[in-house]
Amino acid sequence: MGAVIRPVGTFLFTDARHLQIATLSSLLLFLLFFHDFAPDIKVVFMTVLSALIAQIFFCWVFIFNHRDAEAQSFYLKKLRVSVPLWLIKTDFRSPFITSLSLCLLLKANALWVFPLAALAAIGSKFLIRHKDKHIFNPANFAIVAGLIVFPDLVWVSPGQWGADIWLGFALAAAAVLVLSTARRGDMALLFLGFWGALLLGRALWLGDPLEIPLHQFQSGALLIFAFFMISDPKTTPDHLLGRVMFAAATALLAFTLQFEFQVREALFYALFATCVSVPFIDSVLKAKTYQWGNA
Amino acid sequence: MKVLSSFLFVMMLMTSAPAQAFCGFYVAKADADLFNEASKVVLARHEDRTVITMANDYKGEVSEFAIVVPVPTIIKKSQVNIADSKIIDHLDAYSAPRLVEYYDSDPCQMVMRREMMMSAAPMAVMEDAAGASSAKALGVTIEESYTVGEYDILILSAEQSDGLFQWLNQEGYKLPDGAEKVLRSYIKQEMKFFVAKVNLDEFDKSGYTFLRPISVAYEHEKFMLPIRLGTLNAKGPQDLILMTITKKGRVEPTNYRTVKIPTGEDIPLFVADEFGDFYKAMFEKQAREEDYKAVFLEYAWDMAWCDPCAADPVPPEDLRKLGAWWIEDTPEIQPLPRPMPGQPPRVMPQIMPVPAPVNSFITRMHMRYTGESFPEDIMLQVTDDRENFQGRYVMRHPFTGEAKCEAATDYFETLPERFEREAKTLANLTGWKIADIRTKMRDGGQPFDIQPKVDERPWWEQMWNE
Repeated sequence: MGAVIRPVGTFLFTDARHLQIATLSSLLLFLLFFHDFAPDIKVVFMTVLSALIAQIFFCWVFIFNHRDAEAQSFYLKKLRVSVPLWLIKTDFRSPFITSLSLCLLLKANALWVFPLAALAAIGSKFLIRHKDKHIFNPANFAIVAGLIVFPDLVWVSPGQWGADIWLGFALAAAAVLVLSTARRGDMALLFLGFWGALLLGRALWLGDPLEIPLHQFQSGALLIFAFFMISDPKTTPDHLLGRVMFAAATALLAFTLQFEFQVREALFYALFATCVSVPFIDSVLKAKTYQWGNA
Repeated sequence: MKVLSSFLFVMMLMTSAPAQAFCGFYVAKADADLFNEASKVVLARHEDRTVITMANDYKGEVSEFAIVVPVPTIIKKSQVNIADSKIIDHLDAYSAPRLVEYYDSDPCQMVMRREMMMSAAPMAVMEDAAGASSAKALGVTIEESYTVGEYDILILSAEQSDGLFQWLNQEGYKLPDGAEKVLRSYIKQEMKFFVAKVNLDEFDKSGYTFLRPISVAYEHEKFMLPIRLGTLNAKGPQDLILMTITKKGRVEPTNYRTVKIPTGEDIPLFVADEFGDFYKAMFEKQAREEDYKAVFLEYAWDMAWCDPCAADPVPPEDLRKLGAWWIEDTPEIQPLPRPMPGQPPRVMPQIMPVPAPVNSFITRMHMRYTGESFPEDIMLQVTDDRENFQGRYVMRHPFTGEAKCEAATDYFETLPERFEREAKTLANLTGWKIADIRTKMRDGGQPFDIQPKVDERPWWEQMWNE
């Protein structure tokens, strides 16, 4: 039986993103079948397709030095398909993760918002850069841009999943973290640690029962944010100390926005703001830039 | 001692409103008390402006009535208004889950289809209040003190929860166990306390026999419903019906899951006589399956039209009274109603000759919760979602006239299967026993061996005595 499973297993484990895609897709499928406020299937198709097309377009325009192009061409060679080099160099995994995150978080009452959001997300990755890294997490950029540009069309529903789905998803995301042994898995845990500490601290200060911070922690949006946005190795500081500072700053800012200013989308605004500081942190605390697939 | 029931109050009774005649056809009354211990709240919200109206079906001694509601800012006298309970009942009836009736047409010839409906409109209430004296010594500041309508109102701020707790107790308000901790949490969150009790002289003067709803208007970014005091002394799960009026769209909680109430199901005919029981049983089953952790969406609709209307749309001036300050006085002509997706086209036009308000969206949420399932206050947000939703149940009357064409044979052959499907649907929704349902269906005009009515007169009588 090992012989049958191994190719799939090896494929899944060659890159942390394969597992991430598997987790996000499973969650999305589950919601599509069992949830009242799941995204429309049209939305999913349009978002994913637009993100992939945008990725192809931008790769074609800026043929970047994708180091994982070889890994892909290996599979293409096996299939004896000949494709132009720039297309081989196009990576489809990141836009897939981005668009799945968008499908899960972004809500809008106009269909055209979704391809536009996907385009903005992927575009930001290629256009807003510093040295070898993009500044913003693409999905987070699209969400914040959507909220700012179309305040009458776009919203985020942070309280949308029940506790059961939350638990299942939390376990799956944690499993991905462990299995993929991604070097930057620490980012999600750092953020969740700081965020949890702030919620707990608030409850202790207010004299609230512990059920309250626990309940606040059980947010589906928080999980996607922690495991698939802030943990994006391309938009986090390279140095461990930098990452600790980055996680703490994001958590503190989000906490202030959420509880002091009553901003319901606090996490996304906070990450948007702190991402700008990453090039400065990197210039002070130097370390090797992360490369996908080298985990 | 006044029995303090908390925000949002505990002891609300919900009675269902009389069934609404629809398009001239009166069906039946769902006049049972639907939900016990339910509170009914209307929230109007746009930008930072909030108007909260707490409806009141308090049945006890008015001298015992008191409420304590945490509010984000100090409320001046002009920010409090006595609302007309009729408007709230109207909004309630308009947004309540509804039963729609269709008549199968003669399978041999198309006959006019009629629809009727009624609403399971629940009503509700509130209670509680305060006084004044050694306040300062206990660190309690009486920020405002005034009388509006039949209510004596105090706006309190406090430094310490024990002082506030002690003071309220001195003044005769019986706070539930554990209230002090919750008060402390609200004090630290810089909340003030809106405390109201009945002024008996004013109440007698008013000539009313019931307590009218209180509306409070304030401007603050906080958009939430403080429920924690209310869960302290509740015995078992309690009900809250929250109706919101917004300019943008649907309101949803950001820290609890929203679930749509099952809708559009075909159910047996006998339910018309016990629609209240049906809805009650169904709601309880749904709430229990969600472990009382969900907020149920019962209605989400653009106020400009309704289809079918459980009651006439609430006129714009009434919505303004409930806090929809953005609605202009000049009424606009209502657009033609659009048919709902999946709904058969209607033969009878239902254009309501009522001037319709523009830019208001009604959301009706129903939650049944306990202190364990809803540990935190309900945080709300206004979304841009303008998709319409309604809790709607369908009865289809089989054709009972004479029919003896080939189509009629086919039609009658399909009926037992359809009845069985309806029975199963009802059993699934309510948890009622399928055998009981089948019996009631047999007695209620849906026998499983239904046959077309046959004219047994001799052919010459049929020919000449039509």
